[in-house]
Amino acid sequence: MINPPVAPTLEGGLNLNTGQVLVNEPVGDPVMRLKDVTVAFGGRKAVRGVSFDVHEGEITALIGPSGSGKTTLLRALNRMHDTVRSASVTGQVMLGETDCYAHSTDPTLLRSRVGMVFQRPNPFPTMSIYENAVAGLKFNGVRKKALLDEAAESALVGAALWDSVKDRLKAHASTLSGGEQQRLCIARALAVEPEVLLMDEPTSALDPIATKRIEELVGELKHRVTIIIVTHNMQQAMRVSDRCAFLLMGEDKAGELIEFGPTAKLFSEPTDERTLDYVNGRFG
Amino acid sequence: MTTLSFDASSDPILERRRRIQSVASVSLKRRKVYSRIAIGICWLFLAVAIVPLIAVVFYVVIKGLPAWSVDFFTKVTVPEGIPGGGVWNAIVGTIEIGAVATAVTVPIGLLCGLFLAESEGKVAATIRFSADVMTGVPSITIGIFGYIAIVKNFGGYSGLAGAFAIGIIMLPVIMRAGETAIRGVPANLSEAAFALGARKAATARRVVLPAALPGIITGVLLAIARGLGETAPLLLTIFGNQYLQWNPTKPMEALPLVIYNNSSQPYADLLQVAWGAALLLMVVVLILSIGSRVVASVLQREKR
Repeated sequence: MINPPVAPTLEGGLNLNTGQVLVNEPVGDPVMRLKDVTVAFGGRKAVRGVSFDVHEGEITALIGPSGSGKTTLLRALNRMHDTVRSASVTGQVMLGETDCYAHSTDPTLLRSRVGMVFQRPNPFPTMSIYENAVAGLKFNGVRKKALLDEAAESALVGAALWDSVKDRLKAHASTLSGGEQQRLCIARALAVEPEVLLMDEPTSALDPIATKRIEELVGELKHRVTIIIVTHNMQQAMRVSDRCAFLLMGEDKAGELIEFGPTAKLFSEPTDERTLDYVNGRFG
Repeated sequence: MTTLSFDASSDPILERRRRIQSVASVSLKRRKVYSRIAIGICWLFLAVAIVPLIAVVFYVVIKGLPAWSVDFFTKVTVPEGIPGGGVWNAIVGTIEIGAVATAVTVPIGLLCGLFLAESEGKVAATIRFSADVMTGVPSITIGIFGYIAIVKNFGGYSGLAGAFAIGIIMLPVIMRAGETAIRGVPANLSEAAFALGARKAATARRVVLPAALPGIITGVLLAIARGLGETAPLLLTIFGNQYLQWNPTKPMEALPLVIYNNSSQPYADLLQVAWGAALLLMVVVLILSIGSRVVASVLQREKR
């Protein structure tokens, strides 16, 4: 291990909602480490030189205005850019002891360990609720019915969907509401029991009530999976995340990491002036 | 917050994660092989599909190229046994018939396409269905129709009768291509025009049709390519003509007809002419197809 586990710190800040001063609880080991991650499309850099550690059991939010490369960076973490011919990722992404971009790392195995939830709910339209929930397991070669059933139930419970769908698991996913569909997508990702879950603005296509439920869900899930969430909504980042990475578009239009730290600190006393301007709504 | 030093054997989620990950990595080899086989089959079938295509092009070029000469493009057909001669009369016929058919069907087809794209009623559904059926009607049937409707009633075989038959082949293609291109224009563009107080006709002319132009041009060029290659409708309408004939009200020659008539002859020089005409027709159709793509991509780029 490169960094020894960080001792409990008193590093913290002010919760702007409650006025409470927060003291950070002991953080877990870094489960994912980004070192100088740069993403380019056809030679044009979209994200440049981002480094930070993602700690186990925490929620890390990527915030920043449009075009700052939040989604691009997120998609680099489970090699989604592999499917884009012109894209190239340099730097290092470590998942535990695994170098994600090493030649010996199979991208499909990596993605079974680093799941993803997208902006718009995208359940497979031809599959039932149950089939959606176990789709990832089947892709990964799991065939035992007992394991499929167990994982499906656990994931649907985890996504707070079990009670409303347990009597209609064979129904088509399209019969669910938008918010339920997104929770099914979360369940689908959870069923594979990934170590890290990437969420790309998971509430941007949902109404406020469905958004609230997803946010509550995200808070509950952090004990099960480490979450990295992209959001354009600063209140959301403040509500759900433990740590925040603030990205901003540089002069050559490539996104750069401006500041990374505990959410409460980033929002109350950021070290960089640009962060302060952004969190105070002066731009973006 | 839970402590993070789970004991893997006691925590059900960690236990399941371990099981799933081991299944995933154990099955990886099998899944990779399966994936390779599936991709291999795709390549195989791609080859099966593409080999005849390449073979046709190759064969026509090999056989047809020796027939090409200046005379081939400038002289009219000669009977067998006489050296020289070309297909100038057929080129004239094909160009004239194609031009008349295009000039008549493009406006009709595009306005029909616009109507189909803008209306959802029973009339539109019926027309759309008829157009689809028409594209599937055997072209010899359309030849017979041209024979009965035009040749029988309006002064016998003529280039115009051929243009009529070819036009009927092209019309549904242009209609449907136009409809698809117009439907492809985002609805919010026409809504923006409506919101500025534009009426339907102005919206169509100034906003929708210009935006759909690349698709429309592609469709029209492909329809022309389709029409020029048809033989059966011409057989029963233009009759064929060994001499140069500019007057479209008289029987004319056309390239597909040259191919059809000459290829059933036992004489080597006539067969040679047929190959040459086939190559010429193929090149023209190829140019139209490539041209449609080039025009579409150029227009697409200009819009940005």
